[in-house]
Amino acid sequence: MRSEYKLIFERSHEGRRAYDLPECDAPDAMDQIPEELKANSELALPEIAEVDLVRHYTNLSRRNFGVDNGFYPLGSCTMKYNPKINEELAVAFDDMHPLLDASMSQGCLALMKDMEDMLCEICGMDAFTLQPAAGAHGELTGLMHIRAYHEHRGDFERKVMIVPDAAHGTNPASAAMAGFKVKEIKSAPDGGVDLDALRAAVGPDTAGLMLTNPSTLGLFERNIKEIAKIVHEAGGLLYYDGANLNAIMGIVRPGDMGFDVMHINLHKTFSTPHGGGGPGSGPVGVKKHLIPFMPVPRIEEDENEMYYLDYNKPESIGKIKSFYGNFGVIVKAFCYIRSLGGEGLKEASENAVLNANYVMNKLRGVYDIPHDRICMHECVVTPTEEMMKNEVHTSDIAKALIDRGYHPPTIYFPLIVHEAMMIEPTESEARETLDEFVEAMKGIAEQVKTDPAAIHAAPVTTPVGRPDEVTAARKPIVKYEG
Amino acid sequence: MKSYVPNTEKERLEMLAEIGMQSMDDLFVDIPEDLKLSRPLDLPKALTETELRELISCYTIMNEEGGPVLRGAGAYRHYIPSVIPQLAMRSEFYTAYTPYQAEMSQGMLQSLFEYQTMICRLTGLDAANASVYDGATAAAESMLMLRDNKRKKKILYSAGLNPDVITVMKTYAHCAELELVEIPLTDKGVTDVSAIAENMDGAAGVIAASPNYFGCIEPMAAIAEAAHAKNGLLVAYVNPITLGVLARPADYGADIAIGDGQPLGLPLAFGGPYVGFMAATKKLMRNLPGRIAGETRDAEGNRVFVLTLQAREQHIRREMASSNICSNQMLCAIMASMYCAVMGPKGMKEVGEQNVNKAHLLAKKLTAIDGVKLRWPDTPFFNEFVIDLPDAEKVDKLLADYSITGGLVLPDGGMLWCATEMNRADEFDFICDVIENKGGEE
Ligand SMILES: Cc1ncc(COP(=O)(O)O)c(C=O)c1O
Repeated sequence: MRSEYKLIFERSHEGRRAYDLPECDAPDAMDQIPEELKANSELALPEIAEVDLVRHYTNLSRRNFGVDNGFYPLGSCTMKYNPKINEELAVAFDDMHPLLDASMSQGCLALMKDMEDMLCEICGMDAFTLQPAAGAHGELTGLMHIRAYHEHRGDFERKVMIVPDAAHGTNPASAAMAGFKVKEIKSAPDGGVDLDALRAAVGPDTAGLMLTNPSTLGLFERNIKEIAKIVHEAGGLLYYDGANLNAIMGIVRPGDMGFDVMHINLHKTFSTPHGGGGPGSGPVGVKKHLIPFMPVPRIEEDENEMYYLDYNKPESIGKIKSFYGNFGVIVKAFCYIRSLGGEGLKEASENAVLNANYVMNKLRGVYDIPHDRICMHECVVTPTEEMMKNEVHTSDIAKALIDRGYHPPTIYFPLIVHEAMMIEPTESEARETLDEFVEAMKGIAEQVKTDPAAIHAAPVTTPVGRPDEVTAARKPIVKYEG
Repeated sequence: MKSYVPNTEKERLEMLAEIGMQSMDDLFVDIPEDLKLSRPLDLPKALTETELRELISCYTIMNEEGGPVLRGAGAYRHYIPSVIPQLAMRSEFYTAYTPYQAEMSQGMLQSLFEYQTMICRLTGLDAANASVYDGATAAAESMLMLRDNKRKKKILYSAGLNPDVITVMKTYAHCAELELVEIPLTDKGVTDVSAIAENMDGAAGVIAASPNYFGCIEPMAAIAEAAHAKNGLLVAYVNPITLGVLARPADYGADIAIGDGQPLGLPLAFGGPYVGFMAATKKLMRNLPGRIAGETRDAEGNRVFVLTLQAREQHIRREMASSNICSNQMLCAIMASMYCAVMGPKGMKEVGEQNVNKAHLLAKKLTAIDGVKLRWPDTPFFNEFVIDLPDAEKVDKLLADYSITGGLVLPDGGMLWCATEMNRADEFDFICDVIENKGGEE
């Protein structure tokens, strides 16, 4: 049933309240602040009783959909199950002030150090920083390392970052923010890097190449050794976008593939919940030659085996975030790694890849598979020519999936595949869930033939119908005006 | 050992057989053999839930906590109403991804729209984004907004900004090749407005904090005037919990308001996750980085919320985007919004007043100790202030012996203290006793 839902501001009644504060045991000192520095009115915030506030958000949550509600095969986002124990344990550090003397925060520092070490082993890198707050933030940080590396060698001409056209939008955007010119190269017909295009692109101005492997098509870059060689011989460095690390844990490591610097999305591969858009965490790993440029502070151990924060790193890029990163998120990912161990991580990756191939195999013949070979943890499919003749597009199929109880795959990404649907089941899903999803996809394909109007009307089971996005952008209303 | 993979060994083999494979290894034939890891990952052994719980307590035991905290400097201990963490743990919220599919994400989108409205009402400005990583990255992003809007690379910032924020700004500015000019503080602990006027030529704007890092409430109206006089913009970095009692950014003419939302219901958590908020005037709305929720209608005319103005963002504009940000701090933003709803106008005022009152009482008690002085006795402050004293390091150690987290020792030997509604007058007496008696008579 369609229904609007009141805003919290529309539930306000003058005089209601949900807060209480202990009586103030200090004398009034407001006269110490001159009138012209004070607020001249009350804030226009809602006044609401606690029970109504709780119902407001509880009912809002029922108008939302998370991994705990159902299958969420959002490609590139690795929507795996978020273990409950990790949530419970992470709050154990909630009262820790970030500027405590190191003698009082040894536990936090030790945990971070242990996490850095484990990430080094998983990725084959020499050092990790936990400071970046998300994947894109990690990209920016990593690219700053590449820039600093060239600058410290007096090589100021290396201004070009090469980015394949299959890359995620954050890759070119991060490169631009790091001060590089972006050179986009076309992918080869098999979806991989076009080696000739790469050879033609590199030169004395090459700072590096950004690569996702498995690629955004969910395919392993078979030429990775040759790619690394071309970039390194040209004097560039290799950046690894770790968004797809869930395919390869315990099987192959970015560091061993030749990457110099990389980020991880703890909110993907390492099971921390995505919070509806964050907080995430994007640790950056580097090879030895980039260690001097890492952000400060670094966690070091003194002669008495006490951890301390070392800010004295003259070649460091500086800082990219307050304090030390999204610590609360890092604790959850730490718990995940410690729960699974090395074997468990490998098992996760194997099953993620198995599930993706299982789904792809069952969709063959029903949907088109533009790059039909063994995939990694995700596969990209498209509507068939016939569906498109019926005016049914990827977005329609996504909406039809919503009515069948699924969160749709990632759509229209990567850009190099027309009408892409990127399906990433993750290892969390049982076989019957995959079977049911495939049946739903087949049902939609069938309905396209018999009743395309129904597909265009989808979704009908949600509280609201398809939004008018054009008007939203043309006449933006971005706050409540009541 | 814990596994979160539901399929049994038997099921896996059946699935493999169905796709024509014998073993898991067959799935990875695309990976060159010589690159593959030929050994198991060398990680500590897998743990059961019980063992994991024990392990985490080993780390928490290594920490020391429990005593009074009178330290802020960018992270503040405030009352967190119990409804906030509980509602944020609704798993429909916290296990969701970014609300790309509006029809099944109305809960998050509406919560976000409400958050944006709360930030607009706190700051008095017209539009807010869905958050950035923290206050420091908000400051860095605001530099880029200034650059893009004014097409100038020179930016002034006040030396009163938190040093961590300045460091992050410099890191970003190096890459963007911006010219950052530091405006010093006067002997009153506030930004030197005349120095802004002297340096504004060719500058896109000024970034200044109020209260500043040292707790001083800045003459923001005069700073705004100095920036506007030379066609520049003002970015106000504010602590949102002050805004029930202190003048709001729009009141004094700020064009952009930013800050860290941590004081609004988020735990200290050893530095994160927090939330960077950003608000701007209508004119600057399209320079904002990252996601923005907007209101629209469905075909039946129902009010619907969507992510909007996406033509600014990386997935559309790629290297031309206003920022690279993708994931932000959404859940933290929603928690901050819940805090505003819990507190309401009266609560925000009361919590602000309590901070002012407690901090002034603490200052009074500390300065009653021989040799302890307020560094800027004539400058108004909110909940933080700097004292000068003979030996800050010694006092810091002394307090630590009593499990008291006292004021932060500054590089110049001062001490930056903070009192909030969480501190009690009897704590202040105890602290002063410890300092005065050098701990000896306890
Ligand atoms: C391939 C790829 N790279 C980078 C990112 C950016 O990560 P984040 O959202 O954590 O900033 C994503 C996120 O979806 C991604 O899929």
